[in-house]
Amino acid sequence: MNQAQVIEIPAMPAVRLPAGLGTPPALFSVKGWAALLAFVLSVSVLVPVLFIIVPQDNSFHLSAYFVTLVGKIMCYCVVALAMNLIWGYAGILSLGHGVFFALGGYAFGMYLMRMIGREGQYQSDLPDFMVFLDWKAYPWYWSFTEHFWYALLLVVLVPGVLAFVFGFFAFRSRIKGVYFAIITQALTFAFMLLFFRNDTGFGGNNGFTDFKRILDFRIAEPATRATLFALTGIYLAAVLVLTRAIVRSKVGRILTAIRDSENRLMFSGYNPLWYKLSVWTLSAVLCGIAGALYVPQVGIINPSEMSPANSIEIAIWVAVGGRGTLLGPVLGAALVNGAKSFFTQSFPEYWLFFLGLLFILVTLFLPKGVIGIVEMLRRNRA
Amino acid sequence: MSALPTVSAAESSSAAVGRVVSGGVDTSHRAILYLEDITVSFDGFRALDKLTLTIDAGELRCIIGPNGAGKTTMMDVITGKTRPDSGSAFFGQTIDLTRLTEAEIAHAGIGRKFQKPTVFENHTVFENLELAMKTDKRVRASLRARLDSAQLDRIAATLDLIRLSGEARKLAGLLSHGQKQWLEIGMLLMQEPQLLLLDEPVAGMTDEETERTAELFKTLAGGHTVIVVEHDMEFIASIADVVTVLHEGSVLAEGSLDKVKNDSRVIEVYLGR
Repeated sequence: MNQAQVIEIPAMPAVRLPAGLGTPPALFSVKGWAALLAFVLSVSVLVPVLFIIVPQDNSFHLSAYFVTLVGKIMCYCVVALAMNLIWGYAGILSLGHGVFFALGGYAFGMYLMRMIGREGQYQSDLPDFMVFLDWKAYPWYWSFTEHFWYALLLVVLVPGVLAFVFGFFAFRSRIKGVYFAIITQALTFAFMLLFFRNDTGFGGNNGFTDFKRILDFRIAEPATRATLFALTGIYLAAVLVLTRAIVRSKVGRILTAIRDSENRLMFSGYNPLWYKLSVWTLSAVLCGIAGALYVPQVGIINPSEMSPANSIEIAIWVAVGGRGTLLGPVLGAALVNGAKSFFTQSFPEYWLFFLGLLFILVTLFLPKGVIGIVEMLRRNRA
Repeated sequence: MSALPTVSAAESSSAAVGRVVSGGVDTSHRAILYLEDITVSFDGFRALDKLTLTIDAGELRCIIGPNGAGKTTMMDVITGKTRPDSGSAFFGQTIDLTRLTEAEIAHAGIGRKFQKPTVFENHTVFENLELAMKTDKRVRASLRARLDSAQLDRIAATLDLIRLSGEARKLAGLLSHGQKQWLEIGMLLMQEPQLLLLDEPVAGMTDEETERTAELFKTLAGGHTVIVVEHDMEFIASIADVVTVLHEGSVLAEGSLDKVKNDSRVIEVYLGR
């Protein structure tokens, strides 16, 4: 066989690259690592101490309300990071990420329901809602959910498999942009309707609640709450590091290339399908785990978590914080949810107006979100 | 053309996506690209009408034709963007282009430059070349990818060739139009293709840039095959051996530029207007 010659770049004197090119920069600066460590220490040591050991009348004492609120917001921060990975970097807007979060929550909720044992209203082996439906045994898909490790497996697998299958068909058909966003809305809406049905076996519109125990610890105990809080904080820090590592790798550059010019990437020999599918599935799994941490802290999971509006809110967190930036989504999730808990207590009727206004203002004036302001101020000072 | 190969590239089409097609392109019968009776219709309009064209390995072929002659559609068929309604397209003796995806065709060794310069605008010039470089382009390989010194040298050499060494750290979106054209050509070279398809490569370039581009293409021909679609007659005169004139989706004339220029049909539909 006469092989065609591989094209050689014409011979030329050795050329040096400008210094520093091609060597990957450190994941975080020393300052960045220190901040991350400080964060991990404060969630795993400082907050538990202030919550459990410092007496209630001391002004440094943290209330259970505060710990639950911050724990919940940290779960949302992870969701925002996961959303940013797929939207901010790969340019794929999902308006259905709430479904992955809720499925992770439901998967772990099944275990928590099992752990109620006979402490429910009807003192039955079955959860109250099944007694209410006059069911005599658990449906088959509740099998093994009394095992903690199996529940953890479900937390990862259920959102992961759903995302993989859904993503495979959507990305293979080259569904993009607004069409993809609409289909994801439909996905989460369909799941919400499914979970609203009592016959589905997940408690209908009440969902799961009244949890008593996790492993052998009582959920209401401050020590259990502090542990869940610390785990959530550590998980958030880990996801931050993971996101950074992906974005800094060649995969990260390929993802932004998909966002900016998918055609050029395809004609450069990459198949965008597998890149999109990998990061899409990873994003769903990260959300699922966040949902599993959320449920025992908040104490309830119901189908409203799958409402289309919830998923749209996730996109708003990312947009407000700054899409395509590392810390933006975390900041956005924290700010919007902080504002939400303030508004819904003080002026509940105005919250949705405020949210809408915020989204319009950010879209019009802050394309890079809050992080964009910080960057601008920093540049002006320099 | 009677001995058109019918062996399909079972090996390459069934291989996992993104893998390098093993064995490379078979050009044992001199030709590297065969298009036979290719027809493509869009809503009844025949963009290509039984187009038959053969390109020899190492050739530098210019393709001209009035607007709507089917030049870009032809490139879309060769690179897998558009599937022909009928006809066959082979790369070398064995690779059936109508069965492969865009990414597989790029891996098989066909590089394409778009009419409008298409580079990754939010990546630096250096990163653009890094992404285009021939390597294992599957997800797992990309996760662990680190540039070795041979690869760095290759990028440095290409940067020098396209005269963008000083701009290596600059975002590609900030380059001038001509520089973007060069960057895209550099990205094609990083892919180490055997066949280069260039859609109006000197559009928007200054005279000096055009001249240097012509020089570059002449050095590339021989080692690899280049197909250039261009409107700039002066540029074509400076590089072409053989010119093909397309008209209404099929070949109207073929030969040296002088011969084609004097063809009465060509004058009628294109040059004489």
